[in-house]
Amino acid sequence: MSDLDELYQEVILDHTKNPRNYGKLEATIHQAEGNNPLCGDRVAISLKIDNGLINEIYFEGKGCAISTASASMMTEFLKGKKLEDFHLTFERFHNLVTGKVNSSDQFVEIGKLIAFRGVADFPVRVKCATLAWHTLKAAIEKQEQPVTTE
Amino acid sequence: MRTIDNSVIKIDEPKEAQFDVSKVRQDFSILTSKSNKKQLVYLDNAASTQKPNQVIDEISSFYKTGYANIHRGVYELSQKATEKFEKTRLKVQQFINAKEAKEIIFVKGTTEATNLIASTYARKFLDPGDEILISTMEHHANIVPWQLACEEAGAILRVAPISDKGEILLEDFKKALGPKTRLVAIAHVSNVLGTINPIAEIIKIAHDFEVPVFVDGAQAAPHFKVDVQELDCDFYAFSGHKLYGPTGIGILYGKKSWLEVMPPYQSGGDMISSVSIRNTQFKEIPYKFEAGTPHIAGVIGLGSAINYLERIGLENISAYEKDLFSYATQEISAVPGVQIIGEAHKRTGVISFLVDEVHAHDVGTILGQEGISIRAGHHCAQPLMERFGLTATARASFGLYNTREEEALLVRALYKVRDVFG
Repeated sequence: MSDLDELYQEVILDHTKNPRNYGKLEATIHQAEGNNPLCGDRVAISLKIDNGLINEIYFEGKGCAISTASASMMTEFLKGKKLEDFHLTFERFHNLVTGKVNSSDQFVEIGKLIAFRGVADFPVRVKCATLAWHTLKAAIEKQEQPVTTE
Repeated sequence: MRTIDNSVIKIDEPKEAQFDVSKVRQDFSILTSKSNKKQLVYLDNAASTQKPNQVIDEISSFYKTGYANIHRGVYELSQKATEKFEKTRLKVQQFINAKEAKEIIFVKGTTEATNLIASTYARKFLDPGDEILISTMEHHANIVPWQLACEEAGAILRVAPISDKGEILLEDFKKALGPKTRLVAIAHVSNVLGTINPIAEIIKIAHDFEVPVFVDGAQAAPHFKVDVQELDCDFYAFSGHKLYGPTGIGILYGKKSWLEVMPPYQSGGDMISSVSIRNTQFKEIPYKFEAGTPHIAGVIGLGSAINYLERIGLENISAYEKDLFSYATQEISAVPGVQIIGEAHKRTGVISFLVDEVHAHDVGTILGQEGISIRAGHHCAQPLMERFGLTATARASFGLYNTREEEALLVRALYKVRDVFG
């Protein structure tokens, strides 16, 4: 596979064109905004956490294929998962897109998110892939300041 | 006795009869390099241009054999360096047809030129309630310094609107001028739309209101002959690095009558005639605006770049680029789903475009994989992006060494973008 096919995998393009969990939860204390002004990527994440479980999670926003697909696939993957899974998955995902190898990564299941491995060959696009994740972290921590990865 | 060194001024050198792009390309070693294992196709010239070997060699030889600080030394090396430096000022004066060499100030680039005016002119002439007029299509460098100056003075920043085609609406521009307007600051050529503004007409209108005009010429000077006396502009700025010269050097032209009454910009050495603890006498223009040791080698390199352009002939470059531009416009707009932003009657250098449903950064990444270097983003012109309801565009920008073949490669890569995104 060429670097390009590796970056724009079918599953990523599918989520770009048909984003899942697109929308906003009105009544929740967990919401945050992410903004990469240089790119023009924007994302807003809202979620409900009950007994340490991510019960509902939505995103809204506008951006490039990588940032949109990343937000969409992140929400799909984390819905119904435990909060502690988020932290493990985020670390694993971050290693994946930055090309870092960590021996404990093999024990963390990330399913379809493996499709983002191609980002590691495009360092300038790491900020697109991680914007939604950093924004979700801010939403979990009830951080009011908008997040940026630029 | 002063010896005349002809390495900077070569006024009488005959211009080449015809523009030969393959010969030009031989002067730019970088153009034979690879990008992502593909032939480099450099189409980001509005951001910065590549440098011909003549410029690189001149800078290198200056450092190897002619370098010393200027304006101070009594020894020969310093005198020669000073001579070379000051000859470049004359060179620039001729390049833009300024009336006097002292109207040429060396700055870091267009951004510093804008900041210089915003700081000194505004400090002297801007009072609470006064107005500065810009347009919607300005680069951030021609917006933010005025915002800060207005904020400091309690003045108001007004904005002349543009049409959907990307042209200044002259009637609205006229209406925006008034008895409180102290300065008009406007781009000669838009760095996003490529629009060539009717600067001479704009200046005439502003002068009817007795308002001076600062022209941001960063995107104009590389593409056609600029004549500041003919334009009758009060200030004109451009950057060396967009003119095939080095980074960190640029020009601010100002009419003597303005420069003489403006206070200094930065202060320090080389800009004073005498200093006592209580009082300082500043030097005459241009030196009162040039504090500290300047970018001497940058100035030498800029002189060499101007020589290079003049040897080819600005009119030859303009004619060649006109053909490149119309070919690119035609071919890019023929790609299904691709839309060019900005349809001004007169344009040069820059084509901004959108690819249906595909974000500009994805376009940039895919093109980059094909060896094609373009820019994607807001191009430091967010108010303009907002005017068109956009957050980002892809932008291809052309220079004298680009070819129709390279433009065809760009178009082929645009089809690839469509393939990837199906």
